[in-house]
Amino acid sequence: MSGPNTDYDPVEVTPLKAEEVEAARDAALKAIDAATSLEELKQTRLDHAGDRSPLALANREIGALPPAARKEAGQRVGKARGAVNQALAARQKVLEAEHEARMLVEETVDVTLPTDRHPSGGRHPLTTGAEYIADIFVAMGWEVAEGPLIEAEWLNFDALNLGPDHPARTMQDTFWTEPAENHVVLRTHTSPVQARTMLTREAPIYVVCPGRVFRTDEYDATHSPMFHQVEGLAIDEGISMANLKGTLDHFATQMFGEGIVTRFRPSYFPFTEPSAEVDLTCFVCRGAQVVDGVTCRTCKGEGWIEWGGCGIVNPRVLVACGVDPEKYSGFAFGMGIDRTLMFRTGLSDLRTLFEGDVRLTTAFGSEL
Amino acid sequence: MKAPLSWIKEYVDLPADLGIEEITDRLTALGLKLEAIETSGAGIEGPLVVGQVLTAEKEPQKNGKTINWCTVDVGDANGTGEPQGIVCGAHNFKPGDKVVVILPGGVLPGNFQISARKTYGHMSAGMICSARELGLGEEADGIIVLPADAPAPGTDAREVLGLGEEIIEFEINPDRAYALSMRGIARDAALGFDVPFHDPAQVDYPVADGSGYPVRLEDDGCDHFVTRVITGFDPAAPTPEFIVKRLEATGVRSISLAVDVSNYVMMELGQPTHCYDRAKLSGDIVVRRANEGEKITTLDDVVRVLSEEDLLITDDSGPIGIAGVMGGASTEISESTTDIVVEAAHFDPTTVFRSQKRHKLPSEASKRFERGVDPLLPPAAAQRVVELLVEHGGGQAAGVSEVGPGASLETREPFRTITIPVDLPARIIGLDIDEATVVKSLELIGARVAVSGDSLTATIPTYRVDLTDPYDLVEEVARIVGYDKVPSVLPRRATGGGLTRAQQLRRRIGRALAGAGLVEVVDFPFVGDADFTALGLPSDDVRRRTVKLANPLSSEEPGYTTTLLPGLLKVAARNISRGQDGVSLFETATVAFPVDQAAPIYGVDRRPTEQEMEKLLAAIPRQPLHLGVVLAGERTRGGWWGAAEAASWSDAIDVVRRLGAELGVPVEVGSASRAPWHPGRCAVVSVDGVEFGHAGELHPNVCKAFGLPARSAAVEIDLDFLISRVPATAAGPVFSTMPVAKEDVALTVSVDVTVAAVEAALREGAGELLETVRLFDVYEGDQVGEGKKSLAFALRFRAPDRTLKAEETAAAREAAVAKAAELTGATQR
Repeated sequence: MSGPNTDYDPVEVTPLKAEEVEAARDAALKAIDAATSLEELKQTRLDHAGDRSPLALANREIGALPPAARKEAGQRVGKARGAVNQALAARQKVLEAEHEARMLVEETVDVTLPTDRHPSGGRHPLTTGAEYIADIFVAMGWEVAEGPLIEAEWLNFDALNLGPDHPARTMQDTFWTEPAENHVVLRTHTSPVQARTMLTREAPIYVVCPGRVFRTDEYDATHSPMFHQVEGLAIDEGISMANLKGTLDHFATQMFGEGIVTRFRPSYFPFTEPSAEVDLTCFVCRGAQVVDGVTCRTCKGEGWIEWGGCGIVNPRVLVACGVDPEKYSGFAFGMGIDRTLMFRTGLSDLRTLFEGDVRLTTAFGSEL
Repeated sequence: MKAPLSWIKEYVDLPADLGIEEITDRLTALGLKLEAIETSGAGIEGPLVVGQVLTAEKEPQKNGKTINWCTVDVGDANGTGEPQGIVCGAHNFKPGDKVVVILPGGVLPGNFQISARKTYGHMSAGMICSARELGLGEEADGIIVLPADAPAPGTDAREVLGLGEEIIEFEINPDRAYALSMRGIARDAALGFDVPFHDPAQVDYPVADGSGYPVRLEDDGCDHFVTRVITGFDPAAPTPEFIVKRLEATGVRSISLAVDVSNYVMMELGQPTHCYDRAKLSGDIVVRRANEGEKITTLDDVVRVLSEEDLLITDDSGPIGIAGVMGGASTEISESTTDIVVEAAHFDPTTVFRSQKRHKLPSEASKRFERGVDPLLPPAAAQRVVELLVEHGGGQAAGVSEVGPGASLETREPFRTITIPVDLPARIIGLDIDEATVVKSLELIGARVAVSGDSLTATIPTYRVDLTDPYDLVEEVARIVGYDKVPSVLPRRATGGGLTRAQQLRRRIGRALAGAGLVEVVDFPFVGDADFTALGLPSDDVRRRTVKLANPLSSEEPGYTTTLLPGLLKVAARNISRGQDGVSLFETATVAFPVDQAAPIYGVDRRPTEQEMEKLLAAIPRQPLHLGVVLAGERTRGGWWGAAEAASWSDAIDVVRRLGAELGVPVEVGSASRAPWHPGRCAVVSVDGVEFGHAGELHPNVCKAFGLPARSAAVEIDLDFLISRVPATAAGPVFSTMPVAKEDVALTVSVDVTVAAVEAALREGAGELLETVRLFDVYEGDQVGEGKKSLAFALRFRAPDRTLKAEETAAAREAAVAKAAELTGATQR
């Protein structure tokens, strides 16, 4: 603030007249109100609140007034300037808000423009499917066991009670490696993993073995020389078919939803005795056999779908794998992952899974 | 196995009100799984009647055919009683014959609507039917001619033809050999409904007195051999209609009375038999193994070279049959056979199985023998054959011989016994099953059961050759009690440790790669030399040595792959050809390298020892888990933001680097030269100096060979190795929150100096204050001179405890530049 006005000219004290102060204030307020942009308001601020504005000049002259008049004049001018500054601030806020709003409108883009500069990746449904299944068992405290795809013949067959002349060996057409006397095959099922597990671990054993297997099937919509299985093996004291049923019912419900359970039918597998085929409640008609009044096409009206095989581990297998059959019993089960996946997803041609078209995988995202 | 319900019912007193579905449901629950129910004559509708041909005029046609213009008496079936005019193309009938006629308005199988229509110049009002047209068989040699004593014209022909017969097709598991017969199916039906069973094998047969054809057994592959002789047989005698129909229902074609009867008895009892023309036999029948190189012409007129393992039926002339598999042509029954020798024998299952496999001759007989036939059946089966042949073919039974240890009570195998704890079924099934139920169940299958304290001993009936072990009895109890009674009880909670570290990391790798925009594929592991040549692998490349398949699906791809790239490159090309502008693919799978060792085959009566296990595992090919990646065509898409970017060598290397970062493994990158990569654009990746794979741009020839866009890039690394290098625990970083000081340096170096070398020198020189160094520009051109390049690095300095002074930063920068100059010849621009 400048010092006392030494250029005091008593003739020019007119601005301090009440009516003139009020007029200046009113003019200022009117101008502020009339400002329609931040630029106009800036000019208005200079004109009516700047150093050369009437109220600023009037304020400057207060010091020149006689002491008796100063107080009143000071109050009058101060009040007027306060009103102007308040109005300026308020108007500033309004205009800024308007400006921002306009900016946001002007910056509007078409958000429906494509954004896919980076194509999406994804994991194969067979991978995520196998993990989905494994997780059901891991959540029950099971572990995931693995083994090589090219396997010793003894582990793939003999150890599983499939002797060299067992008719069941003809049921599985095997890829043999050369020379045949090396006794090495592409595993025809994931069961050698069960054998390996028993051979290398102490009971109790609860393992699930998802994996790739090979058979010399011609490649068509429902057959493939390579496909995927998941097998489970539980070895413990007091294991029974009831435990097998309980486990598979749980698996079915977790995999296909509430109300989907299993049914056992007598069957034959060399590595299990008793053996059973496992049927699954048809997840389309949910056992009702009809959908919308028409015979269910998925289960052909049976209400059940063949899912896999299972049974109590044949004690001969336990013996070959070093498990004491007097102390322990076990159950085993196996089903096709590819088939289970096709059930879940409605895929109709197995080959779709193996030809590598990215449209398959990206359709599933990274989860099943 | 197809079985007419009426045939099964002959041997079991099933309640009359039992529907076929109740029967098949019960049998399915017992393990004889229903495949299908067929009804013969299904699809025939409307008037199908007996007709009698009154006249048949042969009329040659312009097309070369001759038709018969017939008038047929169909009684009142046509509503008028007038003869019906019908055109017929067959010629196996004459006026007076009774035939089967379908009248206009009727429908034949396949929805073939019959109407009166003009054909060959006549109004043909209906059709004279063949068996094939009625869906009764494949034979179409002519129309069906009914026996003269068939009912009067106009009678509904359905009953005459035996239509409406319900035929059940079962899927029989390999262990239930007994169910490959009406006898066995009826037995399970009887136990299923707990009703009486009438064993068709319970027949009286004459005591063997050596009066049959003489037989000697010289090999223990046959333990029971019965011969019966029939003399004065009428070779022209037709097979009775009921046998033809029943055989047809089971899927067996009628051939001649002798053959049909043999087959009929096999279906009835499950025991295969064979008939020889006695006149063609010379000397004793001898059962022995073949001599190497010996030959036989089998019934199918194929000359077969025999192996020493084949069990033969022979006479003085040599082999006359492969035991249990197929008879020989030289002793076959013919149109002039009057004396017949019937054979019913029991052969070793394994011997039959091997012969059948060796000669690729699976037959109805071998199917039964290899699974196991009731060893006591031969005399009964021979008796049934003789009875039926004599009844329908005349002649008389003229002698019985029965040899082998199975022939007498003293020498044959005693009945098998199995002892189990009484509570074993309850424990294994997991269901409260009392002793009485266990005993009753075993008695239902024909076992004699003796309980002694906590255990029981079951004497197994001979028809159940499959029952050998305690758990076999558990299955019998389970199926009779019912698998549907098994409760659903989760086992006590297992306490596993969850996924292993490697399993978790594999999932994480998959997710990281997918997150980086790569799509996972699953591919077959089969390869051939052409694939390796397309990859440009040198002839001595270790990847060319595959594990070879003895029976590959394609002779072009006889190996199990050593590299994921051929498969991946083909998949990439397939995607491109299907219209993708670019694909980024990955696959994780094991590959295989041969070890050239033989895996032993051990016994199964005990666990192999540790040394034996080691030897076994050492013979299995080495199968590391690989990751393969191919980046072909566009890596990013073009759009309003700018043009698409093509995949390049750097994207491939970045995949490995990112994976290393994801796993916390410091991956080093160096230059390399290796097929199938571009020799100047191939990186070898390593951890602590151990190489684990390659990444970079594919060789232009490889892109061409696989039909991929130019400059496609690929990666192949050993994932097992990378996972093995993941630290068990990650050390938490310590970082400063003091202000950063940024300095840029531009260095000129010779073009052959690598960025990695300059960067390492800068790091070394800058000392501890350096936080990061990052190359942000590379320039080659006039301004830096021939053979030089300019590298611009951004350096960031930070102290742990204070704001750096300008002089400190400058000093560190100068030290970095000095070290780069010293180690790489860099000069500051």
